[in-house]
Amino acid sequence: MPETWLDQMIFMIILIGKILLIVVPLILAVAYYTYFERKVIGYMQIRRGPNRIGPLGLAQPFADVFKLLLKEIILPENANKFLFLLAPVLSLAPAFAAWAVVPFDDWAVLANIDAGLIYILAMSSLGVYGLIIAGWASNSKYAFLGALRSTAQMVSYEIAMGFALIGVLILAGTLNLSEIVMAQQGGIFDWFWLPLLPLFVIYIISGLAETNRAPFDVAEGESEIVAGFHVEYAGSGFAVFFLAEYANMILISALTALLFTGGWLSPFEGIPVIGDTILGEGSIFWFLGKTVIFMFVFLWVRATFPRYRYDQIMRLGWKVFIPITIFWVMVAAVISVFGLVVRGS
Amino acid sequence: MSPITRYFKSLLLIELGQGLMVTLRYFFRPKFTINYPEEKTPKSNRFRGLHALRRYPNGEERCIACKLCEAVCPALAITIDSTQRDDGTRRTTRYDIDLFKCIYCGFCEESCPVDSIVETDILEYHFEERSESIMTKDKLLAIGDRFEESIAENRRQDAAYR
Repeated sequence: MPETWLDQMIFMIILIGKILLIVVPLILAVAYYTYFERKVIGYMQIRRGPNRIGPLGLAQPFADVFKLLLKEIILPENANKFLFLLAPVLSLAPAFAAWAVVPFDDWAVLANIDAGLIYILAMSSLGVYGLIIAGWASNSKYAFLGALRSTAQMVSYEIAMGFALIGVLILAGTLNLSEIVMAQQGGIFDWFWLPLLPLFVIYIISGLAETNRAPFDVAEGESEIVAGFHVEYAGSGFAVFFLAEYANMILISALTALLFTGGWLSPFEGIPVIGDTILGEGSIFWFLGKTVIFMFVFLWVRATFPRYRYDQIMRLGWKVFIPITIFWVMVAAVISVFGLVVRGS
Repeated sequence: MSPITRYFKSLLLIELGQGLMVTLRYFFRPKFTINYPEEKTPKSNRFRGLHALRRYPNGEERCIACKLCEAVCPALAITIDSTQRDDGTRRTTRYDIDLFKCIYCGFCEESCPVDSIVETDILEYHFEERSESIMTKDKLLAIGDRFEESIAENRRQDAAYR
């Protein structure tokens, strides 16, 4: 531990440097995720997507950001000013804070704490407050309806999500994210997605619901309630909500990569010829690659499915996902007790 | 479908998977989009765009102020005034087309006995003030002079069908 005043200062500066090292690429990733989304959805609809600004349209995110930042911030009449301005920050902060415990590689983690998984759960639950407060503070019936919907939805799906995580921690025997990844060593068939296949699928689908993405985007529901909770926001307030939504999607993708598909571990590990080359070694690129694949799944699903009806969302969450997850948590326990999956083999 | 197969079908997300495969196939399809200012779709030689007044090869304007176009125009977009010129021919003193009224039906071109008023294949034009929407005789003649070649070429290609 740092002792003198100078040591503490240096420690703080290094820490802030590390935080910036995570947050700045994250913001850039969010910017390019919006571009990626428009491209992917365009391609799936046999269009080209944005290609006007910069080569291949690569400067598009910056044009969007500048447009949003230069716009006027509108405060609705009779809105609760303090909460109205607080809400975007409240939804953005947890989305970024959760990255503190995400291990990018063996050595690359900001805070390697033992209760990492709990911390992640706590942070992803906090995000809903930003949404509720935004809906309430706007003093608009559409925003309020959107907030109500997303509250019910996120609370329901958090349970299924939590159970999916319980399956992981039963098999891994730890809450520390780095150790969870290390427990999956041994190649693609030793990762947790195989023994926990139903939980893996449910985790991804709940992730869609948690981030209010299509087909679970009733909180926005353009055709019914205009834009849901952020209908009254303009300019940079809206941009922050946008940022938070995409940061959350990237977070869920990264967590899926960590918890179910072995984080930074190589899929070729243990395979005779390829496994001995550099491809067989775990590295940050495997982690990023897996994350990008799951990020693509988010967009792919959005381009494919229509929005769920509200009661169907509730039915799916409570009557389908929760029973399946409870059942599979027991299966996971049986697998773990009888040693069918050897930890860190 | 029996309830049991139905149950397993929905549980295993089979139809959702099929849907995802459809979009994935489309992802790799060649795209329909045309990069407009750089690429353009082919135009027919019958395309009805901006209007023009033509001249004979000797430079004399074709229009004889018969006012058939004015009469046939369903949108009442054409206004013509005429007078007798010194050489005894009847000529227009005013030939205005209000492009805000015009519906680009091409009746004026069809009705013209001397192929004077025509619609060119120009579709990229704009006005910066409302008053510019009135195409005067001078403007129409200028367009006709400038694009005579392509106008004549389009008429020639289509002549067999008229």
